Amino acid sequence: MIALNGFSASLGGHAVLADIRFSAGPGEFVAICGPNGAGKTTFLRALAGLLPGSRRPDPREMAYVEQGARCAWNLTISEVAALGRLPYGDMNAAAITRALDSCGVRHLAERRIGEVSGGQARRAMLARAFATSPKALLLDEPVADLDPHAAHEILHLLASFAKAGGLVIAVLHAVDLAAAYATRMVVMAEGRIMADDAPLAALPAAAKCFGLELGEDRSPRLLYSRHLGEH
Amino acid sequence: MRAGLLLWASVAGLAIASLLVGGAGFGIPDWLILWDIRVPRTALAILVGGGLGISGAVLQGALRNPLADPGLLGIGGCAAFGAILVFYWGISALFAPALPAGAMIGAALGCATLMAFAGQALSGPSLILAGIALSAFASAFIALALSLAPNPFALAEITFWLMGGLEDRSLSHLALAAPPILLGCAILLRLGRRLDALSLGESTAATLGLDVSRTLLLCCAGVTLAVGAGAAVAGGIGFVGLVVPHLLRPLVGQRPGAVLAPSLAGGAALLLGADLLARLAPLLLPLGSEPRLGVLTALLGAPFLVRIARQVAP
Repeated sequence: MIALNGFSASLGGHAVLADIRFSAGPGEFVAICGPNGAGKTTFLRALAGLLPGSRRPDPREMAYVEQGARCAWNLTISEVAALGRLPYGDMNAAAITRALDSCGVRHLAERRIGEVSGGQARRAMLARAFATSPKALLLDEPVADLDPHAAHEILHLLASFAKAGGLVIAVLHAVDLAAAYATRMVVMAEGRIMADDAPLAALPAAAKCFGLELGEDRSPRLLYSRHLGEH
Repeated sequence: MRAGLLLWASVAGLAIASLLVGGAGFGIPDWLILWDIRVPRTALAILVGGGLGISGAVLQGALRNPLADPGLLGIGGCAAFGAILVFYWGISALFAPALPAGAMIGAALGCATLMAFAGQALSGPSLILAGIALSAFASAFIALALSLAPNPFALAEITFWLMGGLEDRSLSHLALAAPPILLGCAILLRLGRRLDALSLGESTAATLGLDVSRTLLLCCAGVTLAVGAGAAVAGGIGFVGLVVPHLLRPLVGQRPGAVLAPSLAGGAALLLGADLLARLAPLLLPLGSEPRLGVLTALLGAPFLVRIARQVAP
């Protein structure tokens, strides 16, 4: 459904993606993990067709939500969701309402996006992506600045989208959340894919990239002591 | 929809008033005065004001910045400089269409510079700063042209023109300016969906199927035609593009596409009103002559800039 075949990219002469081979299909929830600067966002932008040389997917089949996505104007939440219908050039009210509903912001439809909480605004931006009725969702840090409850709710929503046959590819910083919700984990470091496996199988590689330690229960645990000792 | 009807009704009302008010006061004028003086003046106020209003709305949408305005961003200044060069070398006396052509070339250069800047994903404030730099550059060149003016008459003529005005314009001015302004407005009016998509940022807009560079090119073309031709016949008139979309958003909503057509009508109404005010001022106040139209719009618009700046401050 979505694939990169030996894709490389560089920024200012510096390689940010090196020979990336990746493909994913319906029903998968792929979490992209890795330290800052690993090339996760660039990888996602390549999948979205935003890099020179990358193939742009059909806008009706793929919705992309960038990191810290916001709307430049103080639109109402239903107007924001309606932007998701632009690839169709229609105002399919049913699709918009369904998107608002599944993202839990239907009761806020007439509120302005600048006047709701950060978590609600994040859901509104997600509703915009859902309103396209896409087959694939590409999301950059969809839960980065949300409280744990809101983060779990959004990840739950994404997991059910994947269960229903959709494809979710999301950059996630929180390895524990990725392990809890994703069906597949891609671990990146320095522009390369270090591991690409079921979350539990990929966890050791992720832990290594982050400098984490896996506990007895294989849950990632921060090695504060080691870092404190080093610096 | 109701707001749109109301706006066009006020344009019609102001246009009728504009046909009936003159230096001699209020009344139905001679056919000759009506046709040769009042009609061009009224029609030009509608065209120039409408062009400035919709250009402001499009620039604000394309650059995602409520402070964007053809004047503030230096596009007006570049148009004025282009027109002055044509003036200066006397080309406009030999070949009338050279004046709007010069203004449009200036506006196109200014617009392209800004869009190139905006394409590098500059933040809102730095874009406005780039516009201010462009504006300062245009002003410096205008000052250079003025200081090198061949005679005091040329100097006075250019200075007067820079202050903007619509008095003594003839049907030939109208014939010169109307086609490019109308074409520009037609281009800009069709950009609504594209500007809606851009409100999510250029990357997301591209994944929604938008051709971003084509959109910016169309914005440039429309603004260049409307603002350039407007500046050529009316001189330096600022703040219309800033004030009008800002006044209309509470009525028609914030969606960039929803602001376009109302801004066309709103700009026309605002400039008609300001021009009426300019004509009425000598009748009501002890003034020797009409205040310049560009001076009036600046007096009305500058306080607005402060107000908008306060609203967008983080």
